Amino acid sequence: MNTAAQRRPPGDLMIWVLIVLEVAVFAAGLLVFLAVRLTDPAGFAAGQDQLHRLSAGINTVVLVTSGLLAALALRRVRAGQGREGRWFLLAAAALGVLFVVLKGVEYAHAGTGSEAFFTFYYLLTGFHAAHVVAGVVILGLCAVTLNKDHVQAGAQFWHMVDLVWVILFPIIYLLR
Amino acid sequence: MRYATQRIAFPYFAVAMGLFAIQVTMGLVMGYVYVNPNFLSDILPFHVLRMLHTNALIVWLLLGFFGSTYFLLPEESEREIHSPALAYLQLAILVVGTLGAVVTYMFDLFHGNWLLGKEGREFLEQPKWVKMGIVVAALIFLYNCSMTLLKGRKTSISTVLLIGLWGLALLFLFAFYNPPNLVLDKQYWWWVVHLWVEGVWELIMAAILGYLMLKLTGVDREVVEKWIYVIVATALFSGILGTGHHYFWIGLPAYWHWIGSIFSSFEVVPFFAMMSFAFIMVWKGRRDHPNKAALLWSLGCATLAFFGAGVWGFLHTLHGVNYYSHGTQITAAHGHLAFYGAYVCLVCAIVTYAMPILRNRDPYNQVLNMVAFWLMSSGMLFMTFTLTFAGTVQTHLQRVNGIFYMDVQDQLVLFYWMRLGSGVAVVLGALLFIYSVLVPGREVVEPGPVQRHRDAHDEAITPAE
Repeated sequence: MNTAAQRRPPGDLMIWVLIVLEVAVFAAGLLVFLAVRLTDPAGFAAGQDQLHRLSAGINTVVLVTSGLLAALALRRVRAGQGREGRWFLLAAAALGVLFVVLKGVEYAHAGTGSEAFFTFYYLLTGFHAAHVVAGVVILGLCAVTLNKDHVQAGAQFWHMVDLVWVILFPIIYLLR
Repeated sequence: MRYATQRIAFPYFAVAMGLFAIQVTMGLVMGYVYVNPNFLSDILPFHVLRMLHTNALIVWLLLGFFGSTYFLLPEESEREIHSPALAYLQLAILVVGTLGAVVTYMFDLFHGNWLLGKEGREFLEQPKWVKMGIVVAALIFLYNCSMTLLKGRKTSISTVLLIGLWGLALLFLFAFYNPPNLVLDKQYWWWVVHLWVEGVWELIMAAILGYLMLKLTGVDREVVEKWIYVIVATALFSGILGTGHHYFWIGLPAYWHWIGSIFSSFEVVPFFAMMSFAFIMVWKGRRDHPNKAALLWSLGCATLAFFGAGVWGFLHTLHGVNYYSHGTQITAAHGHLAFYGAYVCLVCAIVTYAMPILRNRDPYNQVLNMVAFWLMSSGMLFMTFTLTFAGTVQTHLQRVNGIFYMDVQDQLVLFYWMRLGSGVAVVLGALLFIYSVLVPGREVVEPGPVQRHRDAHDEAITPAE
């Protein structure tokens, strides 16, 4: 009989508190984005046309692959294969760095236009990019300690960053 | 009282209660000025009354926090306070500083002097020498308590409490930074004013509330700690960037509208968590602690903080709403219930809990104390409602219809009369409270039929130890 433990999600309570808060804040931000978009559909569409969709699409692949690597790292660390796990963690972090670089290029070439659109564009993707940077640091620390609980929490955080991007990308870049 | 140095809390609480009485009395006088604007205008102009009202509030709450720390830290860390002498020196500095500030405000001596004159910055009006005194007192306090904590048992209650107090002291340093640019001035000003009450003070609140729940309900420390961590995490997550809700109209970039609106909307979460925490602990607790008044204040604190800080805060935190309501009586309504619920009730709770222990007194005026709670709290709630209605009318007349400020004030006078009435209730409640904790009780109140029935029931299931 271990029902209480089975029903509980894996990992520490606090990482779930953080994940729920983060997702709630990004959800609120995206809802506001969609609401303000209703007031100026043409301006938002024109703003969106200035974004580099291909770069953002590549970034989606990069981030999701990085998430897979983090999950594989956790599996290795749990199986006691810490050395291999470390390489997976570092690879995941490296893809995170690639994401930030591509994002930087995107910012450097971002056009101008509807003030509301670009306010939200920079706020939402900027907040997300800050989380990617934080995630890279966290994955790096996990690669140092290789502690099972740390790696699990780090991977959970990284998946949250992934999840937010997967929702953010279509709404900001693709939705017509 | 298990540790002799817990006694340090007593003079802190006593001075705090004295300032509490002064604070609410000033509030009452101001309530009268609202209906009779020339009252005392030559001797004590409104802005001086307001400085005394707000500054006295902050100082007595700080003294309450310091006293609470000296009271609970020995028990939590299982050792005496590092240096009682330093603790009394700290109190002496704070008292001298407070008196200095009051005299400077009332007589405006040394006008314009950089060290001795008042600084004229809302809420941070204290002359510079007083601010320096506050920093010295805070350093003494932090040294004293950190040494105690480091040498003793480290619990999450005492650790969170000290992190909160360290944050409080460090953020106060921004009171010294006063850039000539008014926008920057306000930007940093909020790092004290906002990051105190919606940041580090919430850590202090969570820790003290956690301690009270531990003592009053007898739940496991582990459970309390888990709640404290969740409360602290949600408070800092929402509160730090929630500062943005003060950056709407002071000249900072427009993206603060959205950062402020979104993050500060989440500031209701820690207050909801604190309310849930308090009630769940009481339901789950197995201990029937005799100090019912302290329990009432604790539950009242969590509930009124949720409504005052959480709900009334959310009411005008979205920038689309705040564009119209900014600086109206709605702000005053929120300010009063938030400070009362979150921090006044908190200090009243721990004072109610600690006083009988500090003075080794049984019986204590529990029933009178509870009467004071209901009188003060209903007065404050009524004041909140009247000010909310006044603010709504004011917003419409002034901000929507464009009627002149003073003409609108004439229309609000009925609300101000009602607010004055509720202020009388609050002052009476405060005086009753102070009497009930400071003056010995003379008789044991016989339990009524409900309590007698409960006692009989409890004895039947748990034989007397």
